[in-house]
Amino acid sequence: MILVTVGMQLGFDRLIEAMDRLAPDLNTAVIAQTGKGRYVPRNMEAYEKIEPERFEPMVKSAEVIVSHAGIGSVLTAARYAKPIVLLPRRASLNEHRNDHQMATVRKLEGRPGILIAQDESELAERIREAQALGEAPQQQAPSIQQLHNALADFIEGRML
Amino acid sequence: MGEYNKRVLTVASGGGRRDELMLLRPTLEQNDVQHVMTDTALAQQQGITAAERLPDCNRNNPLRALYCGVRAVWMVLKQRPHAVISTGAAPGLMCLLFGRLLFGRMLGARTLWIDSVANGEELSMCGKLSMTIAHQCRVQWEDLAMGVSSHYRGAVL
Repeated sequence: MILVTVGMQLGFDRLIEAMDRLAPDLNTAVIAQTGKGRYVPRNMEAYEKIEPERFEPMVKSAEVIVSHAGIGSVLTAARYAKPIVLLPRRASLNEHRNDHQMATVRKLEGRPGILIAQDESELAERIREAQALGEAPQQQAPSIQQLHNALADFIEGRML
Repeated sequence: MGEYNKRVLTVASGGGRRDELMLLRPTLEQNDVQHVMTDTALAQQQGITAAERLPDCNRNNPLRALYCGVRAVWMVLKQRPHAVISTGAAPGLMCLLFGRLLFGRMLGARTLWIDSVANGEELSMCGKLSMTIAHQCRVQWEDLAMGVSSHYRGAVL
């Protein structure tokens, strides 16, 4: 199953519409969390919101996640070692208030398990590549441990 | 109540900011921590039953911002924190400001802004403001650190 998510805050019709068009050719079920979009999907199971207790098992059983370039989605995919395809929101298309998701994908490009579709025309190819990856190696970045240690230092008054 | 026994106030709006802060729970919860969020329903689903709610706000709605500010003062007075930590956005900045003003001198409260990892090439507007409001501003990309005003001390990604 392929799980599509646009996050909890804004709709993202460009992603949902593109995935709805691709869905019949993907040879696997597609479930989409659409947010407050206007486009009504016809070829995939769609929900505006999916509560976390339902969403987490879906992530677990998904083969690939397809998502806006939101950090929440990236962290969730990493937690379950799932490959994720990111389509960044663009401010010029009124998909977000600025282009920080473009910056996010520039920064994350090349990381294991993360594939970037610069626009919707690249989605099919990136999804194929993600499917070929299988389980994305779960990597506990050393940067996370550093963040925890530095936070404990801050709370304790050992400001660095 | 943890081994360090410091009172900590954390503040996060919805989306990635909250997810990033939640990743830090193992460290935060070694202290007496009060989480403040703009969406407490989500907090409950993550097993946090005692999260306080703060209305989300931004500069486009001054009345709501004022109400948020009043609530922020209340949160700070209630927790009397030794440390206030926020990943944003505006409500978090307010708590840092009031935490510093109200308890900076009395408790030596320290205030920390952690800019979201979503800001890959430029700090958020609140992040920039935090450099003058909080004791410390941390960024999550090394190339965004700017000497004394913002530091890189690890990242969630």
